Amino acid sequence: MIRFENVGLRYDMGPEVLRDLTFEIRRQSFQFLTGPSGAGKTSLLRMLFLALRPTRGLITVLGRDVATLSRRDLPSIRRRIGVVFQDFRLLDHMTTYENVALPLRVRGKEEREYRQDVVDLIKWVGLGERLNALPIVLSGGEKQRAAIARALIDQPDILLADEPTGNVDAPLARRLLRLFLELNRSGTAVVIATHDLGLMEQVDARRLVLEDGRLEIYD
Amino acid sequence: MRAGSCSRMDGWKSMTDAILPTAALRSRIRRLLQRIGGERQTPIVPAGNVAGRALTTVIAIMTFLAALTVGAVSLVSDTAGRWQNDISDEITVQVKPAEGLDMPTALETVRQIALQTPGVSGASVLDEAATSRLLEPWLGDSVDFDELPVPRLVIVSIDSGEPPNFAFMRQELQEAVPQAELDDHRAWVSRLVTMARTVVLIGVFILSLVIVATTLTVIFATRGAMSGNRQIVEVLHFVGARSSFIAREFERHFLRLGLIGAMTGGVAAVVLFVVIGHLTEANRQTAEADQISALFGSFSIGWTGYAGVALLVATVATLTALTSRWTVTRHLAEIDMISPVES
Repeated sequence: MIRFENVGLRYDMGPEVLRDLTFEIRRQSFQFLTGPSGAGKTSLLRMLFLALRPTRGLITVLGRDVATLSRRDLPSIRRRIGVVFQDFRLLDHMTTYENVALPLRVRGKEEREYRQDVVDLIKWVGLGERLNALPIVLSGGEKQRAAIARALIDQPDILLADEPTGNVDAPLARRLLRLFLELNRSGTAVVIATHDLGLMEQVDARRLVLEDGRLEIYD
Repeated sequence: MRAGSCSRMDGWKSMTDAILPTAALRSRIRRLLQRIGGERQTPIVPAGNVAGRALTTVIAIMTFLAALTVGAVSLVSDTAGRWQNDISDEITVQVKPAEGLDMPTALETVRQIALQTPGVSGASVLDEAATSRLLEPWLGDSVDFDELPVPRLVIVSIDSGEPPNFAFMRQELQEAVPQAELDDHRAWVSRLVTMARTVVLIGVFILSLVIVATTLTVIFATRGAMSGNRQIVEVLHFVGARSSFIAREFERHFLRLGLIGAMTGGVAAVVLFVVIGHLTEANRQTAEADQISALFGSFSIGWTGYAGVALLVATVATLTALTSRWTVTRHLAEIDMISPVES
């Protein structure tokens, strides 16, 4: 689904922060992306969801070479990639329901077409009681689950999650992990960027380890 | 999701399905009915926040000032045109008293000669009462025309489109009444036209400055208000919204803010002009109001002034909307597949 070949990244005239990355995110795969702080996880995630161009190398996303993509093509590809941001990025003036429904709303769908799906998904992530709550009254874990639900609502082919358990306690982290695994079983490829060794030890999954700008892969 | 939206939506659906033939049309009408029924989703761009209210206030103030300038320039321009027209529509013939001159006969002769001249539409003798009123500030209210050698006037209305031949008319009058002097006000008109044009030019210059200041204020205030919405732009972008969708949402929101602000300022300026117009009209009998009336007529800005204010309101609202679109587009270009070298 996503293929990196000899990808390198540098900011301005500085040294390469990512070097010779060659890997593939396969369909329905599950992997952790890990590494020490400053190793380049967020930069790599940004390249994965088409927010950053590499300075060298080839990236193919869903069969398209990103170097040849025009800005007009990007939204349709981004709609197949769900992203969970570390800082959630929920819209404060919208309820949980409206935040989760946002990707469908921006695609121009009618509310009556998606209302039940959104409600079901919110219940599935355990926020059934918080349907009409604004983000300001949600706890960190609840915001995280709302952000995950928003990333999943349009059934993306691939889900990228940046430190999804960074703001929650251990039991909730395990619950979120089960949620990601369940999602993966339903056919979505999942990439979880995390520092949390405890989380990674719970699942026997592929690990992409970034260190000094290079990537080691442990299948 | 709003409470009760389900049953209400079903109600709309059955109602529109029953009477409308095509699905697309049904869908559009249903959306419209939902909006009319107050069932609206939360706007993607929040309706009211401090930055939005500040922007509306700034727009209202700047539009008010610009509309006052538009009205003032329109008033001066109309007044200058009226001065020029009033004076160029009239000429006067002055008959000076002389030994043995029968003043009433001389005035009548002048009037008849004027009326027979091509290009003259009317002529009337300024009677003793009117002449007395003209001289009242200098000679008091009891002028004795038999004792004082007071010159008399004949007011001649001319067709400004096809004015008479003044040289010929002057000669005719001189031959019939040697004491008659024709004053075609040409020197006055020339000076007034120059003054009027200068006043209008100064007004247009001031208006240009006010419009530039308004434009810059609106642009920077809109950009300031937009900076609080950067996160919304980014979230929409990364959930797959097209740039045109995001730009349209912001444009609509800021057009609304711009319209509210600009209309508030514009209407306030028009109300002020109307109130001043009524006040001058109501106090017409006083000496001060007389002076104002002599200068500005009824102190009404006329249709050009109102059209100018309407155009200003539309321009400010459009400018606000376009600035928001431009800011969104620029921000999207910054976050969209940027090259790390460019960043």
